[in-house]
Amino acid sequence: MQIQPILAALRHHKAGTMLIALQIALTLAIVCNALFIVHQKLAHLSQPTGIDEANIFVINNQWADSMSGPQIDAQMQADLAALRQLPAVHDATASESYPLSGYDWDDFITMKPGQVQKTTDAAVYFGDTHFLDTLGLKLIAGRNFRADEIAPLAPHHDTVPPVAIVTQKLADKLYPNGSALGKTFYAMNPAPVTIIGIVQRLQRQEVETWSAPYAYESLIFPRRLDGDGTYYIVRAKPGEMAAAMREAEQALIAQNRMRIIDPKDGVLTFAQVRHRAYDSDRGTAILMGIICAVLLVITGAGIVGLTSFWVGQRRKQIGIRRALGATRRDILNYFLTENFLISGAGAVAGIVLAIAINLWMIAYVQMTRMPWFYVLAGVVVLLLLGQGAALAPALRASRVSPVEATRSV
Amino acid sequence: MFAYYLDLALRSLKRNKALTGLMILTIGFGVAASMTTWSVFRAVSGDPIPQKSAELFVPQIDPWGPTARNVDPTQPGDIGPPDALTYEDATALMRDHRASLQSAMYQVGPSVVPTDPAKHPFSVPGEAVFGEFFRMLDVPFKYGTGWSTNSDASRAQVVVISSHLNDQVFGGGDSVGKMLNIEGHDYRVVGVLKHWNPQPRFYDVVNAGTFNSQPDDLFLPFNTAIAMGMTNQGSTNCFQSPKQTGFVGLQHSSCIWIAYMAQLDNASAVRQYKTYLDGFARQRYPDWAPNVRLRGLMAWLDYEHVVPPDTKISLYVALGLLLVCLVNTAGLLLAKFMRRSGEIGVRRALGASRRQIYAQFLIEAGMVGLAGGVLGLALTAFGIAGIGWVLPRDIAALAHLDWSLLLITLGVAIVAAMLAGLYPTLRAAAVQPAWQLKSN
Repeated sequence: MQIQPILAALRHHKAGTMLIALQIALTLAIVCNALFIVHQKLAHLSQPTGIDEANIFVINNQWADSMSGPQIDAQMQADLAALRQLPAVHDATASESYPLSGYDWDDFITMKPGQVQKTTDAAVYFGDTHFLDTLGLKLIAGRNFRADEIAPLAPHHDTVPPVAIVTQKLADKLYPNGSALGKTFYAMNPAPVTIIGIVQRLQRQEVETWSAPYAYESLIFPRRLDGDGTYYIVRAKPGEMAAAMREAEQALIAQNRMRIIDPKDGVLTFAQVRHRAYDSDRGTAILMGIICAVLLVITGAGIVGLTSFWVGQRRKQIGIRRALGATRRDILNYFLTENFLISGAGAVAGIVLAIAINLWMIAYVQMTRMPWFYVLAGVVVLLLLGQGAALAPALRASRVSPVEATRSV
Repeated sequence: MFAYYLDLALRSLKRNKALTGLMILTIGFGVAASMTTWSVFRAVSGDPIPQKSAELFVPQIDPWGPTARNVDPTQPGDIGPPDALTYEDATALMRDHRASLQSAMYQVGPSVVPTDPAKHPFSVPGEAVFGEFFRMLDVPFKYGTGWSTNSDASRAQVVVISSHLNDQVFGGGDSVGKMLNIEGHDYRVVGVLKHWNPQPRFYDVVNAGTFNSQPDDLFLPFNTAIAMGMTNQGSTNCFQSPKQTGFVGLQHSSCIWIAYMAQLDNASAVRQYKTYLDGFARQRYPDWAPNVRLRGLMAWLDYEHVVPPDTKISLYVALGLLLVCLVNTAGLLLAKFMRRSGEIGVRRALGASRRQIYAQFLIEAGMVGLAGGVLGLALTAFGIAGIGWVLPRDIAALAHLDWSLLLITLGVAIVAAMLAGLYPTLRAAAVQPAWQLKSN
């Protein structure tokens, strides 16, 4: 293919060439950054919680009366016993939070009591002997809590239990050599906590940016928190979710009606919990996707428009070339090559711009480094888009008859 | 002449319908994407209380000292005082009462027990505040007023309720003087608010959540709520565990959980208050140099990162789309205008000045912009209606189409199209008449 004559011709259309190249560059820069954001959002919202999501639902139970701590504790135990007896229920537990609940309780963790700098930051769950079974957590070392280790805890009473179950991630952070079981740590309190069990995975209550360095670092204390309310986490028998949800709410009301279970948000399946927790991530991903699609369509249409104009402008020259012996294929190749050169130049500028935008976002909007793969994918997509958009006008050009050479206009 | 150019432009645009349509679509989509995302951004980054925000300030006092600043090895150095106050600091500031109006506050979520025993009790979001809160924040009352300083001091069982709660419990109407059962105790209603749900919820962004379509339903005296043991619903942040247990222990601890706002009327009042805060911190925490901040409301909202980063990114990406649309339209207009070099040559030869050529082609570009703007407006309305489908409800609910957005959309479209038409017009006006006439 002769590139020289194409370049010579392009020199006569500097402005148009520059505009297409600029458009390709901008589109490339925006699309690969936007797709990177979409990918991050999707990766974020598909992180596993480590629990049996398909069969779990959560009841947000608030106490309507101002009850004393012991009253609340007795009521909670009665509620749990009632829930566990329901035919469609596999197991139930009470906790102050659950993965993706959004409300987070986290403690600084240290290895020594007087240590100034924290070793890490762990999400804290309260649970009884049924906590592991209800959530479907996999115990990979040590043992579950014993009934005698579970104790009630009044709000704002900061007594740290002597034992805890931790996630593998937290165990490895505290004891990188894998010997965490039976060892101790400190949770903002001078009394040590001994690790009696390790579960494979349990996500934190929230998935905000700040806690990303501590992802999956959770611990469970053998406590029942007697607060203004509690979450009852219920695991239904497989396939009996709807029945279990119906039974559970009725059973609680039957126990005692001085409680508040919001008719709208009071009982949520875990699928709903997940949906809500990632509302904003999913929305941004969709929005970015729509904008990218519009961007690509507009750029494609722009290329079609300008190439068509050039073909129309050069009908006479095409006719002359055809009359002098150029084949249809030559003409087709000419326009495709022309487009390839312009798109290529635009793509080179686009790569620089894409990286610049990424660096700017790292500096100002908490973004991470974009892998080179995204830029490469962007370049391939835009070159293909350019060729595809130029194809129809180029085919039309190739059909120009040599007779055109003889016409005056 | 203007009418004539309009006619010329219309003729020219009709000649190549596909190209014209493409330009209008391009401008329309570009403008609609920008305007939809901007309407969201405008809503979340706006001033929630424009008439007063310059006089409202949030004090911060460091109760933990230098050791707390070194806890996180990944964030070394001075990270400033925490973003809420301890109970003791907040109540001491209230006692000193150095601002013209001020209120400490914390979020509560008590249960309301309906008088009708057939109805279930329900919990409502609320805020425990001081009586000056309402005057300081221009809170609009439908019936009654807030409570007096005396009621604060005497821990009166009074309450101000939202019109929403008023409808729910009393079926609307003037409920001042009626009794409301909150957590088993009777509170006298002293005021009913008009609809009041400022977004972001600037008075307590740390605890009450920044954007929430459900307004706070009740406001009761801070001291009463404390005396009743009404625990806080917002976040509690401790550097050291409280020495005593329970809610009382929390009140005497160095944990932070109280929000605070003060009205300072002018620059000298701000300076005096800052000096006072320094002295206050020096006296309360003699072990370290006073570490206090006094931020104006808008600076405070910025510091708290109230604007969700995603809305910012979406806006930038949409503006990028608009830029591409601009370049695209410029290319298409260039093609269109240069195709008419012959026509331009004839007009120039017959005596049209460059200025007239500019006018003719800029009007044509403006027409494309106007048409694109009208399309963009329709798409923006569609976008705002559909934004709830992709963004969280509480944020999407804030975006709305109003006159200013309507005018801005049209304006942006026309300006964008004329900008895009600028270079093509320059090129068209530079056409040499002699050359064109000869070559044809």
